[in-house]
Amino acid sequence: MYNYVEDGDSKTTAYVEHDKAKYDAFMARIEAGEKIEADDWMPEDYRMALIKLISMHGISEIMGALPEKEWVPKAPTLRRKLGIMAKVQDEMGHGQLLLRVAEDLMKPYGKTRENLMEDLLNGDLKFHNVFHMPTKTWADAGMVGWLVDGAAIISQTNMLDASYGPYQRALQRICQEEVFHAQHGESIIMALAEGNEYQRDILQESLNRWWPSLLMFFGPASAETTGSSKQDIMIKYKIRKSTNEELRQAFLTKYMPRVFSLGLTVPDETIRYDEEEEKWIYKQPNWDEFKQIIRNNGPRSKERLRLREIAYENNRWVRQALATEPVSV
Amino acid sequence: MERGEEKMSHVVETAELAKQDATYLQALTELLFQLGDDDLLIAFRGSEWLGLAPHVEEDVAYSSITQNTMGHAVMYYNLLEELGIGKADILAHDRKPQERRNGIYIEKRNGEGNYLDEPYYDWALAVVRNYFYETFKKIKLEAVANSSYKPLANVARKVLMEHPYHLAHWKLWIKQLSNSTEEAKKRIQDRVKEAWEEFEDVLELGKHANDIRSFGLVSIGEEEMKDRWLDEVKSVLADVPEGSLGKKYGNGRNGEHTQDLEQAIQTLAEVYNSDKTAAW
Repeated sequence: MYNYVEDGDSKTTAYVEHDKAKYDAFMARIEAGEKIEADDWMPEDYRMALIKLISMHGISEIMGALPEKEWVPKAPTLRRKLGIMAKVQDEMGHGQLLLRVAEDLMKPYGKTRENLMEDLLNGDLKFHNVFHMPTKTWADAGMVGWLVDGAAIISQTNMLDASYGPYQRALQRICQEEVFHAQHGESIIMALAEGNEYQRDILQESLNRWWPSLLMFFGPASAETTGSSKQDIMIKYKIRKSTNEELRQAFLTKYMPRVFSLGLTVPDETIRYDEEEEKWIYKQPNWDEFKQIIRNNGPRSKERLRLREIAYENNRWVRQALATEPVSV
Repeated sequence: MERGEEKMSHVVETAELAKQDATYLQALTELLFQLGDDDLLIAFRGSEWLGLAPHVEEDVAYSSITQNTMGHAVMYYNLLEELGIGKADILAHDRKPQERRNGIYIEKRNGEGNYLDEPYYDWALAVVRNYFYETFKKIKLEAVANSSYKPLANVARKVLMEHPYHLAHWKLWIKQLSNSTEEAKKRIQDRVKEAWEEFEDVLELGKHANDIRSFGLVSIGEEEMKDRWLDEVKSVLADVPEGSLGKKYGNGRNGEHTQDLEQAIQTLAEVYNSDKTAAW
């Protein structure tokens, strides 16, 4: 689950025109729908954008396991225990797949996965806004699968034809698995929606709490909102097709009818579909808060990073033991 | 194979037939609780590790093993449900510690702290525990694969198909760490020494051991299981402690347990307990 979001601090790397012929050939290839491979020539800003996108995607999968993991040992039935175990395992698998793609791209800079982990811990590498949020009840385990993964499917489907081959191929598999995750989440949600008053209460409470995060999921509509946006370069290089707002609209179109049909509400009385404009009108989430969240100042940012830090520190002796040569980590 | 004892058993094809002999049913129930509770608890401890393993690849592998193992527990609880002992979910979530039959070493916490907060988990404990347990599990499953209770024999054979990968995984870890840095060797040795004082009840069949054996529910007795386990472990680890195995904290097969099991049950049943009548 993932979407590319901006932290507002990033500077767009200016394209340095070393070799116009190479650049033109590259553009001709992606215009023709060809896929770029790890060893192919690529412009610097393309490589940088991919590294940023894919490392954030990969690390978000791994950090995304942490909120759900809170409910894995606690799942209320054996069937749910098996389901959520399989689901979170998939997410870790996505993280692994993506980190490998990112590692290949980083090779020319002499950077490795260790660097990514360090960047995560020192705050240079961001992870997705939804994974900074707390989980409070079992309903959250369902909500993450149903609507967070539902949103992820929409944003990732948007990149299924991405110009970078290794990423594009990884996404095929990830999207297929995400469909199962959304079904897993939906099944938890259905049981709660059809359940007793307590179950329906925790379900509605969960949706109310996740609503702003779900709107934020797709990122701001334009650069003006948070100060910068990589949407343009991503579209120019055919990594993605639609804008953040188009994706958010698609999400609302798909899920609002489902939300209402379960007898649920969202904490926005103004939300409506405008037939003339052919779009959803909704109350904007607080984008200043969004900026704070992705700068690791969200409600659970510090705690989640702390878990990774402890795991990293605690297992240092294991990494040293596995290294063929002594390593200085 | 102690072949002479085989004649004492006859094949019991269904739960209905098993229920006709109260002593048989009791021995079978004990054995199933041992199998189910061991797998449930070790899978629970594994699920607490999720996201905290030494590297991403290991997180993927370990959680896959854990998920399989939880699946094995489910199969044993389902067999108990068929025997009329209770609903599988209730058996897993709603039995008191003294009713649980897992070995005590299996319930041991992963280390200091809580999985949600400051989990100072010890990978050496994970490796030693899982290697010792999976080695034992193979021996017990092979003994159960020819069980007089046909439905159990069928389950054991299914589990045995997945199990070699689990055992191979942990065997590789313990070999690698035992042949690497001094620190790793020492950490593993310390955990082996600790396990030596606590592991013995895992290898036992509890109060009904004689009935379990004489009804042919298992094809070898607990002494033979213990010997095989020791042989196997000694063939992999260069140094094992000299003394005999111990049961420092009691015998889990008889319902004796530690605070660690209470913590485990409380966590794994937290949502279940929030409303026992709800359909989840």
